[in-house]
Amino acid sequence: MGISVEGANKSFGDFQALDDVSIEVPDGSLTALLGPSGSGKSTLLRAIAGLEDLDSGHVLIDGQDVSKKPTQKREVGFVFQHYAAFKHMTVFENVGFGLKIRKWDKAKITARVHELLDLVQLPGLADRYPSQLSGGQRQRMALARALAVEPQVLLLDEPFGALDAKVRKDLRTWLRRLHEEMHVTTIFVTHDQEEAMDVAGQLVVMNDGRVEQSGTADELYEQPANEFVMSFVGEVNRLGDAFVRPHDMEVVLDADERTEQGLVQRIVALGFEIRVEFVLADGTEVWAQLTRNELQRLELREGQIAYLRPAQAKSFNGSSPSQDPGASTPRGLEDEGDVGKPAAV
Amino acid sequence: MSSASARGHVGRGTVSRWSLRILGLGFLALLLAAPLVIIFFETFKDGISAPLDAITSENGMHALKLSLLMVAIAVPLNTVFGVVCAILLVRHKWKGNAVIDSVINLPFALSPIVIGLALYLLYSTNGGWFGPTLAGMGLEVLFSVPGMVLASIFVSLPFVVRETVPVLQEIGTEQEQAASTLGADAWQTFRRVTLPAIRWGVAYGVVLTTARVLGEFGAVTIVSGSISGETETLPIFVQKQFDAFNEPGAYGASLLLALLALMTLLAMNLLKRKEDA
Repeated sequence: MGISVEGANKSFGDFQALDDVSIEVPDGSLTALLGPSGSGKSTLLRAIAGLEDLDSGHVLIDGQDVSKKPTQKREVGFVFQHYAAFKHMTVFENVGFGLKIRKWDKAKITARVHELLDLVQLPGLADRYPSQLSGGQRQRMALARALAVEPQVLLLDEPFGALDAKVRKDLRTWLRRLHEEMHVTTIFVTHDQEEAMDVAGQLVVMNDGRVEQSGTADELYEQPANEFVMSFVGEVNRLGDAFVRPHDMEVVLDADERTEQGLVQRIVALGFEIRVEFVLADGTEVWAQLTRNELQRLELREGQIAYLRPAQAKSFNGSSPSQDPGASTPRGLEDEGDVGKPAAV
Repeated sequence: MSSASARGHVGRGTVSRWSLRILGLGFLALLLAAPLVIIFFETFKDGISAPLDAITSENGMHALKLSLLMVAIAVPLNTVFGVVCAILLVRHKWKGNAVIDSVINLPFALSPIVIGLALYLLYSTNGGWFGPTLAGMGLEVLFSVPGMVLASIFVSLPFVVRETVPVLQEIGTEQEQAASTLGADAWQTFRRVTLPAIRWGVAYGVVLTTARVLGEFGAVTIVSGSISGETETLPIFVQKQFDAFNEPGAYGASLLLALLALMTLLAMNLLKRKEDA
């Protein structure tokens, strides 16, 4: 079941949480709503579930306008950041809640609940109370509860936000596999770009209540529509008007007309990857991502002078980006390749 | 050295803990237990027959029944009102909430006598606002059960609201939202999710309401007219026995009142224990 949102507006007092937002989520996809806090991503998700009423605009599930339908009739599965477990019910009762509401008979509920507990790898915990589970277990229980009623769509609001790093990584791998098995259209909200790229096939980047860009992880990384997407999806350095990815920062020891002089301030080894931090003559701080081999070849030391050359840069100069005469720019917005000499030092 | 000083430290902790305990228990004993114990002894000083006779007298039994009737009407009404009101205050943001919130506390702030007089002014057949109209419809409020029920409801109104509001705030709205995404309508969500989550707050409010209704004297005295065998509740009965120098009767009825209140507390604790087990 595909989901689309058309021209959604929502404000809380003076704060415009959604500003004319339209998105299209294909049937069976796993889509991430990515953005900083306050960008409107959770509000959008809650509006799809009917937990938030839109001021204007429409939500369509499987082509049907559900904007006026109350939450309980939208057949959405929703998973909350803080689990929203029913504390006075056992794991069994939590997972079976939606089935009981739908007046399934007892034997069928029992069978279905156990099937789901196996699916989320919580067999044997049916009689526990949520307070006796770890955070990761609670979230898997919440997911089983949402899936029990076979929702048309699954909505997850920062589902791993309250978990520690290790559990988080395990769960997102597991969520991706689960989605491959179940193929239920899934939207999940996150502020973590790595998590979004790891789990989702499609990403929608939001900022200030608007959609900045949507596409696959590759598209967003390689062809960001604007400055915000470029700096939010992946790391970026700013050199004058140009944006350069740290791995596109070439470090050389001899100056030429395209290099810029920098002082090596700090060298941080992160395993195979090395982060070298520079201060330019005008005080700008930038960093380059090198491999261990490159670092050894250059014999860089903290406190020495080296030269930086952007191998690839982009600039977003309003509506008329500077064009590289040689390169074809498919989307017309970005300027790939040569940016010439960066602003004078 | 270090172990000795550690022991010394523990010793000081124990001493201060015990002195705090003695202080607390002493306070309770002097102010709460002593009066109750004295009533117990005074009641049975000259044997069991005098207090028993007073309680089992026609007026005594009527007073007991009337007090229980007050509880049976006022407590359920205030419980339903209290829960609904708490939900409105916490879950439905509205500008008037602050006003409602302070108005609900009025019965706590006003002396029961004032409440009794206010009701008297409203329902008096002789120039009250509502009294003459209601009397015309054949409903006598003052000096009869309806007026006493009104007074009981008024004085015990805030308990359930006050005990439920903080629990509702504490549980938050996510569980309720989760229930609605799982297909539960508003009533199912309330019955299966909200109510079980707030039940001990409500129960505590019910116990306090019951105790207050049982013990109410000031407001009920004014509106009831204290007619023996007709509009006399247990506390009024106690006062009348005391005025008539029938001290064993007064103490006996007092003891009965105290027992009833204790039983409601006990009932709640038993229910809670059963559930926790």
